[in-house]
Amino acid sequence: MPTDRIQYVYHKDNLHRSEPTRTRPEDLKSEEMIINLGPQHPSTHGVLRLEVITDGEFVKEVIPHMGYLHRCFEKHAENLPYNQIIPFVDRMDYLASMNSEHVYVMGLEKMLGIENTLPKRIEYIRVLVAELNRLASHFVAIGTYGIDIGAFTPFLWLMRDREHIQRLLEWVCGARMLYNYIWVGGLFYDLPVGFEERCGDFIKYLKPKMKELETLVIHNKIFIQRTANIGVLPLDLAINYGCSGPMLRGSGLKYDLRRVDGYSVYPELEFDIPVGKGEMGTVGDCWDRNYVRVLECYESIKIIEQCLIQLTGTHKRTRDFDPQAMVPKKIRPKAMDFYVRGETPKGELGFYFRSTGNTDIPYRCKGRSPCFVNLSVINELSKNAMLADLIAIIGSIDVVMGEVDR
Amino acid sequence: MTFQEIKELIIQEFGEEAVVAENLTGIQPVLTVVKDRLPSIAEFLWRNEKTYFDYLSCITAIDNPKTDTIEVVYNFYSIPYNHHLTLRVDTPRGDEQNLPRVPTLSTIFKTANWHEREAFDLFGIVFEGHPDLRRILLPADWEGYPLRKDYKEQEYYHGIKVAY
Repeated sequence: MPTDRIQYVYHKDNLHRSEPTRTRPEDLKSEEMIINLGPQHPSTHGVLRLEVITDGEFVKEVIPHMGYLHRCFEKHAENLPYNQIIPFVDRMDYLASMNSEHVYVMGLEKMLGIENTLPKRIEYIRVLVAELNRLASHFVAIGTYGIDIGAFTPFLWLMRDREHIQRLLEWVCGARMLYNYIWVGGLFYDLPVGFEERCGDFIKYLKPKMKELETLVIHNKIFIQRTANIGVLPLDLAINYGCSGPMLRGSGLKYDLRRVDGYSVYPELEFDIPVGKGEMGTVGDCWDRNYVRVLECYESIKIIEQCLIQLTGTHKRTRDFDPQAMVPKKIRPKAMDFYVRGETPKGELGFYFRSTGNTDIPYRCKGRSPCFVNLSVINELSKNAMLADLIAIIGSIDVVMGEVDR
Repeated sequence: MTFQEIKELIIQEFGEEAVVAENLTGIQPVLTVVKDRLPSIAEFLWRNEKTYFDYLSCITAIDNPKTDTIEVVYNFYSIPYNHHLTLRVDTPRGDEQNLPRVPTLSTIFKTANWHEREAFDLFGIVFEGHPDLRRILLPADWEGYPLRKDYKEQEYYHGIKVAY
């Protein structure tokens, strides 16, 4: 490309700062300083920008600025038929697309009144892929958290294991991260032949690796020193801030929508809900949140094993099984307002639908993303923490900016 | 507690006029309340031992140009009782100079803070008493409120053409 060609027109206006800091420098006290963290800093987990007011090494206030990844999900949703929104839902939390799809599709099925008519095999496959994706999402959360506080090995090990999951899911539906696999009233395809065996092999492979991970990260002395008693989130504050998922469970509340709402086939499955107990410090610190994630991986493995037993036993593959048999030709719910929620790896994902009853395009489709709500607590968590601990706190919240900004 | 019992409790405490309407047609019933009473109703439902709605799941704003109103929908949840409640307020749509106004819940539920900022950002609803009402997803100098049904995007933003 010739370098002398003008590639853009220079405007003096371009340098105008559209996103100024909230705090004005002249309002600061003499010891205070504004530090701008992100949006391109790797430890902010995507394009999150934090305006940090510090006093020496201590953080006085954190003001998050986001919207760098705002892709107008809700505006798109108001202009598309219900089934065509599913790929946009994938792109909200791109690390756990299956879970988001599952929640979205479940909501529509409830609105259409077909949620209890689906074949059990479809529900078991949905839970199987969702739990595989939950494992992958937690692996990224724990792995990148290791990098944030200076441990490189767990990241590589977890990425290696996540690769297996992504290949399995690619085999199922053709895509590695953005699946569009779970459809309203069914699935895109049945599981490929041989999938159950390969998935069982993977679980056999993964179990010792999880033990390895636990000794490498969770009970590592440096890890404990960096995370125990850091970023303590008391339970009442967590509820008042609307935190959910591992954030809320890390603070000691046994609250998991898979159990509370009992959607899909989760009531038929055996699994525990791990909560933070403050083993290494205070209940609700960064260590607890991460330990909850690791324990949830074990529970997901348990669920996957039970799903595999069902999918090779009672609900095994038959020649005439068509996962698209129940998919409605036109998705046109009656006029109603409906709020659906479900447990994704990050917490409570909700959709608020309003249908008018005479079109197959939603009048309004609001996404209540768990990361958005969980991130809002960051200022409380990092008050009077050290600047280095702020990085540990951001990582422990496990934000995916695609979901925060939607 | 059923929806009707909660409704009666609200009427008992705040009088007949606090509840404007109810909608029982959908799967989840919706209760419309007077917008000025909303913070006190929310706080009452939270503090009351019988209801204890301690978790505000979601705040949704919906624009209705046909009836010239904007509504704000609040999804409450009670963790100990496993109850759901959907409250709704209506407000006139207003215009650029005269934005719709709804009292804030962020003094009671901290989670409302960002939800309300989002509603302000995308719908132009001013939440009265909000501690920090700024745009949250869009740049601070963006014009207009994109999720309104009659939204027209600005032509240029810092010399960049907006329409594609």
